[in-house]
Amino acid sequence: MTRPLGALLAHPLSVVTAGVDLFPEALRSQGAIVETVDWRPPAFGAPEDLAAVAADRRRVSANRTATERILAAGADLVDVRSAADALDLDRDLFLHAGPPIEFGNASGPLRGALIGAAMFEGLAADPDEAVAMLESGRIRLDPCHHHRAVGPMAGVTTASMWVSELRDPVNGGTAYCSLNEGLGKVLRYGAYSTEVIDRLRWMGEVLGPLLAAALIRSGPIDIKSILAQMLQMGDEGHNRNRAGSLMFLRDLAPTIAEAGAPADQVADVLRFLGGNEHFFLNYGMPAAKLALDAARDIPGCSVVVAMARNGTEFGIQTSGTGDAWFTGPAQTPEGLFLGGYGPQDANPDIGDSSIMETLGVGGFSMAAAPAIVRFVGGTVPDALATTRRMFRITVTENPAYAIPVLEFRGAPTGIDVLSVARTGILPQINTGMAGRVAGTGQVGAGLVKPPQECFEKALVALAALARS
Amino acid sequence: MTSGLDHVELRQGQYHDSVTLMQASRTVSATAGVREALIAMATALNVELAQGMGFQVPQAAAAQLLIAVRADDQAGLDAALSALTAALSTRSASRGTSGAAGAEDPRPATTAAALEDSDAALALISVPGPYAAIEAFDAVAAGRNVMIFSDGVTVEDEVALKHAGRAAGVLVMGPDCGTAIVSGIALGFANVVRRGPVGIVAASGTGAQQISSLLETAGVGVSHLLGLGGRDLSAQVGGLGAELALLALDADPDSELIVLVSKPPDPEVTQRLQTLTDGLSTPVQFALLGPRQPDLTQAVESVLAAVGTTVPTWPVVGRPQHAGQVAQLHGYFAGGTLAAEALLLADELAPISTNLGPGAVPAAQALSGGPHVVVDFGEDELTRGRAHPMIDPSLRLDQIARLTESADGDLVLLLDVVLGYGAEPDPAQSLVPALRTAAQRMADRGHELNVVLSLCGTDADPQSWQCQAVALSDAGALVFASNAQAARHAVVLARGAIPALTPR
Repeated sequence: MTRPLGALLAHPLSVVTAGVDLFPEALRSQGAIVETVDWRPPAFGAPEDLAAVAADRRRVSANRTATERILAAGADLVDVRSAADALDLDRDLFLHAGPPIEFGNASGPLRGALIGAAMFEGLAADPDEAVAMLESGRIRLDPCHHHRAVGPMAGVTTASMWVSELRDPVNGGTAYCSLNEGLGKVLRYGAYSTEVIDRLRWMGEVLGPLLAAALIRSGPIDIKSILAQMLQMGDEGHNRNRAGSLMFLRDLAPTIAEAGAPADQVADVLRFLGGNEHFFLNYGMPAAKLALDAARDIPGCSVVVAMARNGTEFGIQTSGTGDAWFTGPAQTPEGLFLGGYGPQDANPDIGDSSIMETLGVGGFSMAAAPAIVRFVGGTVPDALATTRRMFRITVTENPAYAIPVLEFRGAPTGIDVLSVARTGILPQINTGMAGRVAGTGQVGAGLVKPPQECFEKALVALAALARS
Repeated sequence: MTSGLDHVELRQGQYHDSVTLMQASRTVSATAGVREALIAMATALNVELAQGMGFQVPQAAAAQLLIAVRADDQAGLDAALSALTAALSTRSASRGTSGAAGAEDPRPATTAAALEDSDAALALISVPGPYAAIEAFDAVAAGRNVMIFSDGVTVEDEVALKHAGRAAGVLVMGPDCGTAIVSGIALGFANVVRRGPVGIVAASGTGAQQISSLLETAGVGVSHLLGLGGRDLSAQVGGLGAELALLALDADPDSELIVLVSKPPDPEVTQRLQTLTDGLSTPVQFALLGPRQPDLTQAVESVLAAVGTTVPTWPVVGRPQHAGQVAQLHGYFAGGTLAAEALLLADELAPISTNLGPGAVPAAQALSGGPHVVVDFGEDELTRGRAHPMIDPSLRLDQIARLTESADGDLVLLLDVVLGYGAEPDPAQSLVPALRTAAQRMADRGHELNVVLSLCGTDADPQSWQCQAVALSDAGALVFASNAQAARHAVVLARGAIPALTPR
């Protein structure tokens, strides 16, 4: 048996000190080994709330369970089909990114995407009619997250759009995400011109069915494995998906060719996939969703399981607080702008794609993607510092997502609300920027953080549950 | 030789780069009881390699992780698989350095973060009270002992911490634990004492200092002094810390005898601890203050007898005092336990106006009461927003001035001074002039002032007991090493009797 109290009564004494400087000095002068904490008062939260969460006897093991599930989760792409089929979606129910929102509060890109979707679904003949239907509530809105789905930017997903279905063979979950439309004038950035609607039609008529047929021939594709490999190839999985998209194309191209479609369709599909370096984002996101959904609903758990924005509000959910959203006003990202666009053109933060950071990749793994840092207005040392900083607010590291430049240290995983409060370090998100005006499309890319308010509210809720 | 035990497994959703896997293969192959192993992504090439080694590999996909192990037996296989788990989950050894590019990891901002990279057995928390429990929970969650110097932690948090500590097998010392000595290293307020056979468990800071100092004076050393915080033996906390500390010292080969010291404890807790200590192999001497209980000096004398050391004559320095007039006793203390002990020993003068114990009133009210007064200047009410009187004597000095300016009869002033690490560097420096002024004022008005001083400490302390005693006795005080003796002497003086005693 080991001696009681660990090695406390064994010589030499080794101490970690937090607080007044007098103690480490006095201890060192007596020959003790001393390490000091760079302690500051918590950045936010009432002391009694912080103590209640810290004292919650369930928390440590709950957080461990949550991160074990996140680390263990797999993600296989198993099917591609229409959202009506896959999500049992009525034609008048439109899914969107972020926490719940009413049409009247929607920002430009979300308004534009909802208008475009209404026309794509044939519910409205023109934008005015679409607005009327959305305003009157004849078209209902609901977050993607409430349907085991995620959507980038506006995230608008409707019955006739095709979605991918991913399964987690370990925890048994299922998650869905739309197919990526590419860059430029696209619905997810709020564009709804004929060109946009036509592309969505083609995706439903040609791209979706051909991917589905190819997938039947190839069998499930291991998305987690691609995600792990792309982090070693300069992608961070949110704003840079170049290697991931090419690996996906490599894996599926043979069976796309074999699926029996006319050669011109095969060529169009391969060209579309090869020309869209964000195609893989729409697989990474549901893979992250699967892992985080597996960590939901663990009593006493203070780990964040969703971060999502609807263009007006930023919302987070934690494992221990069920389906509640803790929201604050969405911030406007800072970064670089395309062409002649500037900060005045940027919409506040939007999209479910911050699920990547919730998993520990994207902005959390910036150190893995030196190629992207200048695009979001940073430097390579910034990228390294960012990832290091994220380790301070996360429970563990994910060895599946190893970061080469940090000696293959795993991605920082499991954002702990209590750690965020104590350190004042907010999650770092890499993101694209949508134009403020509906239909503009992407205007830039940059960095953004959630408003602190989300975490303040989550802390209060966790404390109340800890006391009850 | 038998054919060995083959294990082939394909794992879904686990990707590792080839270097990591080659290292893992090497680690697993080198495990005792393992003959051969291949850990690799299940590419066609690797599957062929495994087949070449004689493994039967089922249909595999390149994204799967192939684990092929040939072991002597089941035990070897189990060892191989746990070695594999360790190899694939090992964090990089280079945490804290940055490899190619720049900055070091920042210093840890929380106790949890600091402990992650440290094998320290103890965390010492002295952050502001409202935040202390948060840091302390970090330590307990990491399976480390914790000493909470901070006060202002709620009793609910203390109970939660100590329950969690017991579940994790770690000691929660405090909150408001000012004194500890672990393996000869002083934490917080503690005296310089030699190492020796006596372990001390203390729900009392100055009580522990008194006991360890008297032991040192008698030439007996201390193995460890584990502080618990003053509330540990209350009904609410229930002796949770004491229980664990007693068990630890019982198992400690350096501790031949244990002293448990506390301010007046809850009777049921005392009983429970009595039952616990009856079952220990190390004898335990209780030094629990209370009516009809031995005082701390008597407890030390019992310890000395038990370890076979002669009880010395406890040092007294100064000129003999002769009263003969009935006088008011004013006891002003920096040490809470020393005050509590004096209050118990002055019982025959009751009623006593005090901020301690069952008849306690607020300090301001206690000080203006009378005729006899015992006040603990270290009480929370008096230390809010200022340092403890062991560090900042000004509040007590002001009160001495106020008292001796206005007293309308003879006075016995009973004071304590606590030496050691953490305490004022030279308490006599401010106390000596204050006592001279006080004596002058009293003499001017034709009143007698007798100053009785309980000086807690050792000659090895930074302030030196002997030096302080000489300086204070020069100012007219009679200086005792034993607080109980000082209190008894003061009571006799207050009663107007002639004290029997021979100062050295």
